[in-house]
Amino acid sequence: MNKKILTLLLLITLGGATIFAQGRKGICINEVMVENDSNYVDDYGMRHAWIELFNSTYGTVQISTMYLTDDKSKAKEEYYTIPRADVNTKIPPRQHVVFWADGEPNKGTFHLSFKLKPGKTNTIYLIDSDGLTLIDSVAVPATLKAGQTYARKEDGVKAKGWEVRDGSNEKYITPSSNNVILDKNEKIEGFRDNDTTGGFMTVMAMLVVFSSLLLLCLSFYLIGQLHAGRARKKKAVATGKEVAPSAASLDSGEEIAAICMALHEHLNMHDKEDFVLTINKVKRTYSPWSSKIYSLRETPKR
Amino acid sequence: MNSLDFLSKNLQNFWEFTGFANATPEHFVMLAVGLLFITLAIKKNFEPLLLVPIGFGILVGNIPFKLDAGLEVGIYEEGSVLNILYDGVSAGWYPPLIFLGIGAMTDFTALIANPKLMLIGAAAQFGIFGAYIVAMFLGFAPDQAGAIAIIGGADGPTAIFLSSKLAPNLMGAIAVSAYSYMALVPLIQPPIMRLLTTKKERVIKMKPARAVSQNEKIMFPIVGLILTCFVVPTALPLLGMLFFGNLLRESGVTTRLAKTASNALNDIIVMLLGLTVGASTQASEFLTWDTLKIFFLGAMAFIIASCSGVLFVKLFNLFLPKGKKINPLIGNAGVSAVPMSARISNNIGLEYDSSNYLLMHAMGPNVAGVIGSAVAAGALLGFLG
Repeated sequence: MNKKILTLLLLITLGGATIFAQGRKGICINEVMVENDSNYVDDYGMRHAWIELFNSTYGTVQISTMYLTDDKSKAKEEYYTIPRADVNTKIPPRQHVVFWADGEPNKGTFHLSFKLKPGKTNTIYLIDSDGLTLIDSVAVPATLKAGQTYARKEDGVKAKGWEVRDGSNEKYITPSSNNVILDKNEKIEGFRDNDTTGGFMTVMAMLVVFSSLLLLCLSFYLIGQLHAGRARKKKAVATGKEVAPSAASLDSGEEIAAICMALHEHLNMHDKEDFVLTINKVKRTYSPWSSKIYSLRETPKR
Repeated sequence: MNSLDFLSKNLQNFWEFTGFANATPEHFVMLAVGLLFITLAIKKNFEPLLLVPIGFGILVGNIPFKLDAGLEVGIYEEGSVLNILYDGVSAGWYPPLIFLGIGAMTDFTALIANPKLMLIGAAAQFGIFGAYIVAMFLGFAPDQAGAIAIIGGADGPTAIFLSSKLAPNLMGAIAVSAYSYMALVPLIQPPIMRLLTTKKERVIKMKPARAVSQNEKIMFPIVGLILTCFVVPTALPLLGMLFFGNLLRESGVTTRLAKTASNALNDIIVMLLGLTVGASTQASEFLTWDTLKIFFLGAMAFIIASCSGVLFVKLFNLFLPKGKKINPLIGNAGVSAVPMSARISNNIGLEYDSSNYLLMHAMGPNVAGVIGSAVAAGALLGFLG
């Protein structure tokens, strides 16, 4: 029993840890502005440097108790801890939050305890709640000018890299919004433009269907052969004779049914007995749990 | 305000809320459709487990009421009971639960004993893509065409699952069309089967399937899940639950769970799914030209699927040695309407040879059709989702 409970606890812990890790690993730094001269204002009407985080997963992620810092050599206590008990620290799937790097953490959850330094390289670290696991980091170049941001080319896609954005066409600045505006489904557009008859879709999808079922078919053909081989070996060991492949094939359901029927006919040659009912007395051990007395309710008093 | 005025004003207000005051001719058309479904189910015994809940759902969904009163009674009004129940359809979690039940009910022995029958289940999916081509021709967008075409898979839960992802606005019509044609399989398939086969082919006797060991039955859902979902992970919700249900059945140590999945749980979901799908066919959403086109495409998809299954067996027979030929009458069972289409193969086979029982042979392609249509849905979702 203890062993079972232990195994269950272990599985739950492992599962929980995996889910936790998977969710938070999907949070990334998405866009950074170091010198804000004419851009986004905070809820106090002030302009500050800002850091945008993006939830690249398809599940809501709670970011409270994670850390943000610009100096990893500091003690954990000096990092900015994202506060608990704020509903806004739950980032919905594929959504963003913006933190103000104004050095005024008392202004609210999204105001950091440090400031970014214009004209210098600012390295920002996003660290998990253990204070050790680095989730994401970015080194914002010192050359970044006022009003420019350093942003991922594609939201949450680390492989695509970063670029400097100055607010011009195709280089727009997007605090709390997607770096790449998705106004159409490219897959569907692709099929609309290149496969007007549906022929390519038919060929590709049927190929997928056939290959899946063909794989399954071949696997079970092989598994069947293996089982027949094993059955043949067992039979050879039991009888002491070599069994030919055809003879060793498993009996069919119909043959088994026929043999069972013949045996039934042979062993149960009754005429009337089958119709005789036998009534056995059922004995039950007394227990207050099965007692009728205890299950009766009192007659209501009038 | 005197008491008479008060009384008449309130009665007038009440009248404005009644179905009589809000009824339109479209409502009556839909009520008639609902009654037709219930009649077909009860009098003609056409898939009663599906058509009774759907038919009654159509009645529920088409009771007229004042839409702008915020009564929270309609299926599309957030917070209403029907809306909460409809979440299983719109978010697509009823279909996987139905697949869990199907898995727990289905015996894959026929398929494991004769794995080549799986290819018939694959061939019958041509119905889906035949309908896709015509839907594109009729002007539907690729995602809508994919959602409509899946009707050809003859699998209601798969059709609902895919349409909830690709074309939620067409889901009511697609679901009703899929279930209607599934109920009409006994009328649609036999003429096609007779047309495409010769008398000689219809009396082909197939060898009895070999016995399948318990180990093979246990391995099937595990290997099946890994192989199919590695190819189409998008079909994981359906195939995962299908194979999980089957493992519960075949493992031999989870009989209680298998019983619940195949009986109580499945029945509950079928009731809720049928009722809410029926109720989602509100006249204003349902009575459109698109619905008519969807019904036309659904019929076509069923016909192409049945034809391609039968023709594939005939083609396959060209490569099989004498004595190992497959009776083409089991080709229609490649559409996944389980077990109806397998029963049709058996009945037609018996018409031409009273000792030729094809049921178990037809069950092979039939259950392969379930897997095939889920894979096809996964492929469409992968390409268009």
